[in-house]
Amino acid sequence: MKDQYRLVEFNLNGKDVSCMVDCRASLTDMLRNDYRLTSVKKGCEVGECGACNVLIDGECFNSCIYLAVWARGKKIRTLESLLGPNGELSDIQQAFVDETAVQCGFCTPGFVMTAVEILESGKVYTDDELRKLLSGHLCRCTGYENILRAVKKTMYKRNGLEWKEDN
Amino acid sequence: MQNVGKSVTRVDAYDKITGRAKYTDDLCDNRSALVLRIVRSTIAHGYVKSIDASEAEKVPGFVKIFTCFDVPEIDFATAGHPYSPDPSHQDTADRRILNRHVRYYGDDIAVIVAENEIAAAQAARKVKVEYEELPFVLDAQEAMKPDAPVIHCELFQSNVLKHTDVRIGNYAEAIKEPGLICVDKWYDTQTVQHCHIENFICYAYEEAGKVVVVSSTQIPHIVRRITGQALGEPWGNIRIIKPYIGGGFGNKQDALYEPLTAWVCRKMGGRLVKIDVSREETFVNNRVRHAIRYHIISWVKPDGTFVARKLECFSDQGGYASHGHSIVAKGLGAFAKMFPCPNVEADAYTVYTNKPVGGAMRGYGMPQASFAFDCATEDIATALGIDSLELRRRTLMPKGFKDGFFKTEQYYDSYNQCLDRATAYIDYEKKHKEYAHQTGDIRKGVGVGTFWYNTGVWPISLECSSCRMVLNQDGTIQVQVGETEIGQGADTAYSQMAADVVGLKDYRDVHIVSNQDTDITPFGLGAYASRQTYMVGFSVTQTGKLLKKKILDYAHEMTRMPVDILDVVDSNIVRKGDGRVLVSLAQLATTAFYDTVHCDHLTAESTYQIKSNAYSFGCCAAEVEVDIPLCRVQVKKIINVHDCGNLINPALAEAQVHGGQSMGIGYALSERLIFDPKTGRVLNNNLLDYKLSTAMDHPHLEAQFVENPEPTNPFGTKSLGEPPACTVAQAIRNAVLNATGVAVNDLPLHPQNLYKRFCEEGLIKDPWQKEE
Repeated sequence: MKDQYRLVEFNLNGKDVSCMVDCRASLTDMLRNDYRLTSVKKGCEVGECGACNVLIDGECFNSCIYLAVWARGKKIRTLESLLGPNGELSDIQQAFVDETAVQCGFCTPGFVMTAVEILESGKVYTDDELRKLLSGHLCRCTGYENILRAVKKTMYKRNGLEWKEDN
Repeated sequence: MQNVGKSVTRVDAYDKITGRAKYTDDLCDNRSALVLRIVRSTIAHGYVKSIDASEAEKVPGFVKIFTCFDVPEIDFATAGHPYSPDPSHQDTADRRILNRHVRYYGDDIAVIVAENEIAAAQAARKVKVEYEELPFVLDAQEAMKPDAPVIHCELFQSNVLKHTDVRIGNYAEAIKEPGLICVDKWYDTQTVQHCHIENFICYAYEEAGKVVVVSSTQIPHIVRRITGQALGEPWGNIRIIKPYIGGGFGNKQDALYEPLTAWVCRKMGGRLVKIDVSREETFVNNRVRHAIRYHIISWVKPDGTFVARKLECFSDQGGYASHGHSIVAKGLGAFAKMFPCPNVEADAYTVYTNKPVGGAMRGYGMPQASFAFDCATEDIATALGIDSLELRRRTLMPKGFKDGFFKTEQYYDSYNQCLDRATAYIDYEKKHKEYAHQTGDIRKGVGVGTFWYNTGVWPISLECSSCRMVLNQDGTIQVQVGETEIGQGADTAYSQMAADVVGLKDYRDVHIVSNQDTDITPFGLGAYASRQTYMVGFSVTQTGKLLKKKILDYAHEMTRMPVDILDVVDSNIVRKGDGRVLVSLAQLATTAFYDTVHCDHLTAESTYQIKSNAYSFGCCAAEVEVDIPLCRVQVKKIINVHDCGNLINPALAEAQVHGGQSMGIGYALSERLIFDPKTGRVLNNNLLDYKLSTAMDHPHLEAQFVENPEPTNPFGTKSLGEPPACTVAQAIRNAVLNATGVAVNDLPLHPQNLYKRFCEEGLIKDPWQKEE
């Protein structure tokens, strides 16, 4: 049993942390159970739905199929990291709210993290490219319509492009 | 109205966008919870003879096993219907907490209690089960044959759970009229699943001698009753708490594993136990949408006038009754309303099969029925060589149509208004002609589809809503109702309505209590039948007026002014004659709380029993591109137009439509559960092999509304939650017909199905077919 646990040191939302984890545990398990990060959701636990997405060294991963022990030395970012010191929403979160892109809210954090990856690339994508980049996430409430709009509007804003309603 | 009718931000948006909103698993103390894992049958039909857990018990972390031989000998029903004191209106009680008589592959036969998920899963795999196998049947019509195995032999002589009919005029006589044209078609719909992103989950513990179950449910008060029934305990012993839930779509309008979890909790001396259902189990062991097959025979005049029609519906219930016949019966009842006809002979059969259980799912039988009914109209037009849009306009329920049963009517020319908007958006009439005779591999097509829906369940079942309002010291109010927020935005709509009724400045002055707790929340029935906004409209209005009267009575004491000349406007007490603000609601409330002469906590609570129903209408128009060699359909343009009365929150209403359109696109093109004919096992119970639409599978989703005020409701509103999912598949199917000339009568229109149909119609050649 002793060998079953490993010490994992990593950076979580900007802070260096360490944790003893069961080597069978997924990153989802560790973030939810050991750090109580409720934005990391479980929808399938086999990498199909995207609800558990987090950023690992800037790249989006399904944390449910990423072992907790692999986090060693990595920079992990969850939705919780986006909030300002006084609870201010980041631009992408505000866009989700403004565009009515939140319904049941269960797929939302995962989508936002993929949106962060898209936005931080600094690139301007076409609609088809954005749809493809978001297609690793499943949502049953929104039909993706307002989510796409929220991501696109924020992308335009960050890149200094003018938004028109027929964009 | 100051708040109603505006696209205000959702009340729960901040909590959800920050990941702070607490769902069931976020609330459970996972360090101390014992974990449940169900042992599932590996046969589709038969009896459990014995269960050997000796190997399972050796797994480290194993705690206990309970089997079908241990559970109470109580049969119970799971459907999330309001209870009826009349036994003939009660749902069929045909299952136990664990079942010895196995009715489908994966049935619940035992449950492992373990210290963690891994131990539970390992132990469950090591349980050895001995069965007495029986023949099984996987098709509703096959199950109706005399030699079919009887799946609920304890209760019924055959597999027909229920048969009901509708008779109007005289079908047999009417079809003798000379010169009639007969169009005889079958339409078939597939089994699909809700696929809410949060799987079903619940946990239970004892407190003050009661079992508390925290559950991802749409219907806490109903689940309390069912759990009490299943355990054979007084209903007050059960307390159900409903936190935020990650979607429901009807699957959670059923008691799923709350009875099992509550029972195990009792057996474990009240310890905290949790069941977290996997995605694979969600597909098979929760509920699914009924696969329903329709046979429609239409006798029409050459101009398209409907003279006589016959309808047969065969609904695949799966292994247990759940919502049962009420699903197919909704479509049965709608047949002669949606497309009125003087002579109708209609029959519906709900039939047990050895498959996963059919339950409620967004649309409650109407996506299936509207698909068949609307396709039939398209096919009649094609047979007669007349314009199908024109035929719809002539045959759909006209303005002035009265329904004696639901005591409602078609008050407006809703269908034509909706069709006008939808067809204009995609330039339907021009394109429909233009696309009719294409050649080549890639062809385009346009189609429309229509639906009918009602609002809530009166007079079939009870309709009521209870509301509590509590005034705070600062002049804001708490509002509680039993109608649950499940993602649709109900809490926001309630807040907007409550603010306007009481006279508050802003909907954010209403602190809606989102979570329901059956020990605290006033009795209400929950989220289903697209009822919430309509029903809460009544109870919020009634309770708001009661609270307002108490506020004004207190204002009279403070201001000396008679109550009749006072009003609450913008959170102030205002003298109506000159509009002067006499005192703010906040000042009044603080005084009422702490006045040493007259202290009064101003609250109101009331139940409104609703005795009305409201029809909801709309249509979908779609443009598709069909790649014939690839047998692939892409939706290029889509619009839904709904008449759901006045919109309480237009942005949320639009978002609701988007979700329904998406579900409809999946229903039309890609979703289906596949069953192994040799075993009855579901083969694609995961989100990789079950093809849910992604962002890549949609064009822009356009949602528009015709806002005809519903006269029976204080806010002029009616159902919108389910309707958007009821109208898409037929529009897409009709668009494929326009593009290719091929009518596909069974869903989904996925490549395998189109390949078969295109071969049959000679559009492509089957390379494996032998030369004649």
